[in-house]
Amino acid sequence: MSFAKLAEAFGEDSIRVLAVALDREHAVELSGDLLVSSGRVTPDYVTQMVDVLDTHGPYFVVAPGIALAHAKPSEVVLSTGLSLVTLADPVVFGHESNDPVRLVIGLCAVDHDSHIEMLAELSALLSDEASVNSLLNAVDTEHIRNLF
Amino acid sequence: MKIIAVCGMGIGTSVLLKMNAEKVLSQLGIEATVEATDMKTARESRDAQVILTTPDLAQLLTGLPSEIITIDHFFDLEELTKKLSASLL
Repeated sequence: MSFAKLAEAFGEDSIRVLAVALDREHAVELSGDLLVSSGRVTPDYVTQMVDVLDTHGPYFVVAPGIALAHAKPSEVVLSTGLSLVTLADPVVFGHESNDPVRLVIGLCAVDHDSHIEMLAELSALLSDEASVNSLLNAVDTEHIRNLF
Repeated sequence: MKIIAVCGMGIGTSVLLKMNAEKVLSQLGIEATVEATDMKTARESRDAQVILTTPDLAQLLTGLPSEIITIDHFFDLEELTKKLSASLL
């Protein structure tokens, strides 16, 4: 499989492996910081991502061990993109069936529909157990980019 | 039939849910439109037969006429198939 949209969505400095997160807010921040370092969003977006967690709870833990952290489209989003961080130690988000989290994907979009194909590729990648295991066991960012 | 997939912001979780629900509905031969939407729009919605969402958000969507189906694992088409067919077939 090849994921052209994903390769494009993950900018330079958007992936980090085996990061240490102190708690769920910190884990979300780590994914947001990578959206900042890859030039997708301003730091305000990271604050909004943590607000989503505080307001709506950990609903975005979409599968066992996998969180899709994001806020909504606004002027603090510079371009649509993704970030990815694997956690050295799993973090409890408080989700009733998908805890603990080992992989946080950060998402930002400029509007409600231009990122649909990108998410379709992400969904295809994360539906594949072998790919998820490769993501989780990656020891450097190159291993992860090779999956796209 | 109208189905809405609901998440907090309407751009991430609900879009994943919509895409996978559409796959399953077409496999089951059920004709339906699936819209991805945020919590605010969902609370105002009265014309959806089914609301697809997460267990956390379902607790905040009570009092609506729609049947609520909660999904734990968004990439597990078997879970979606089982729950959608139990409700719609």
